Amino acid sequence: MKVTLTVWRQPGPTATGKFETYEVDEVSEDMSFLELFDVLNDRLVGKGEEPVAFDHDCREGICGSCSMMINGRPHGPELGTATCQLHMRKFQDGAKITVEPWRAAAFPIVRDLVVDRSAFDRIVESGGYITAPTGSAPDGNLILIPKAVADSAMDAAQCIGCGACVAACPNGAANLFTAAKIMHLNLLPQGQPERWERVTNMVQTMERYFGSCTNHGECQTACPKEISIDFIALMNRDYIKAQFKQRRLASQRG
Amino acid sequence: MTKVSEAPKARLERPVHPAPKEGRRLPFIVEFYGSAVAKKWLMAVTGIMLMGFVFAHMVGNLKLYFGEKSLNHYAEWLKEIGEPIFPRTGLLWILRFVLLGAVVVHIVSAAQLTRMNRRARPDRYQAPRDYAAATFASRTMRWTGVIVALFVVYHLMDLTWGVGGAEWTSGEVYQNIINSFERWPIAIVYIVANLALGVHLYHGGWSMFQSLGWNNGKFNDWRRMFAIGFATIVVVGNVSMPLMVVTGVVN
Repeated sequence: MKVTLTVWRQPGPTATGKFETYEVDEVSEDMSFLELFDVLNDRLVGKGEEPVAFDHDCREGICGSCSMMINGRPHGPELGTATCQLHMRKFQDGAKITVEPWRAAAFPIVRDLVVDRSAFDRIVESGGYITAPTGSAPDGNLILIPKAVADSAMDAAQCIGCGACVAACPNGAANLFTAAKIMHLNLLPQGQPERWERVTNMVQTMERYFGSCTNHGECQTACPKEISIDFIALMNRDYIKAQFKQRRLASQRG
Repeated sequence: MTKVSEAPKARLERPVHPAPKEGRRLPFIVEFYGSAVAKKWLMAVTGIMLMGFVFAHMVGNLKLYFGEKSLNHYAEWLKEIGEPIFPRTGLLWILRFVLLGAVVVHIVSAAQLTRMNRRARPDRYQAPRDYAAATFASRTMRWTGVIVALFVVYHLMDLTWGVGGAEWTSGEVYQNIINSFERWPIAIVYIVANLALGVHLYHGGWSMFQSLGWNNGKFNDWRRMFAIGFATIVVVGNVSMPLMVVTGVVN
């Protein structure tokens, strides 16, 4: 098959970018979207042109590196799919595809389609951990966790930190990412000691870099792991509770 | 070969919103208000207060259909509520100031959050966005909110202060409404503004549950239905009045 790619080219962080159009033919429909870019880059290098810079690593949907705005949607039109697992058979022969980097003040463009997502690291640093005893591994099942809680924490823990939620949000908010990173710990017994500190610090760090949530729901549709905005509501509740909480009573339930 | 204009630095990201100042702790309420999540929570709380008002206002005004005596008597009662513990119109003024406070918090928070969101994405997408979940209502909250706020100012001028251009007498509520709504351009203003209110309530009536953290698998489906039902009832009730007057059914 043959596709027409319109790709954002920007030589550096402060340089002016613009769209460039490339005709790519002999595209296999079994290729992933990243392999399409590999083919394009091979041909660009062959012609002595600069290849398109893009982030990629595991190519199996778990690392969260790939980040492309494809036809106006993060990771393209398929639900629950990262760019690396989007296949060319999902596009019509002769399709016109526009590819842009994530756009947010906290995600400055490094080059072409590569953005710097370290703002996410600042959020996780501020509370995305638990205090655990070091030493030999504890027995499994020593701390009992209801199945529903374990499942829910696992749903949140699926976040791969790709930034699609920020890219999709009309406000450039990172509430879905932050909620997932807070709630997968706050739901579990191991996360309780830092629960109120965690939600306060991580929300406040998030708000230094990103916009605010207006409940459009774009983020959960864009999320390659289909993380629900239910976690944003849970984060909101924990944040407000944490502000009014008498910290000396923090170990009490509720 | 295009030259790479500069080597990528190790870390490019910069906070766009100022960090809270270290050292001196501000009063709790100021620190609380500083957070966007708390502002949204306050918008939900004030939103519920305003929804309560809008609903009661609509139900009360339906007395229009029970005749002049009934409506004017209801208007008189509003001034008397709370007597004798409160003086005449005392409780009414307290309620008015509470509502005014709620309106101010709701609008100021919305304006500050809008500015925050603009700064969070200074460069817009250069290609068209394909929205998958955002609705017309959710994307126009700022506009429908401004329309409703401007309308409320006119509505007060028209039927509370009597400076809206129609013949107006204090206490003659029924006749004042007829005099105002008989002018068809004004009737259209009332109808359009209430449709905007309905669109605002369609998103706000759902969104507030998320902002308050009221999320429970048992009733999540009802949140949207509540918003649709509430918006529909308010719009139908409010739009019916100018419509009935301008078409001459009520006069």
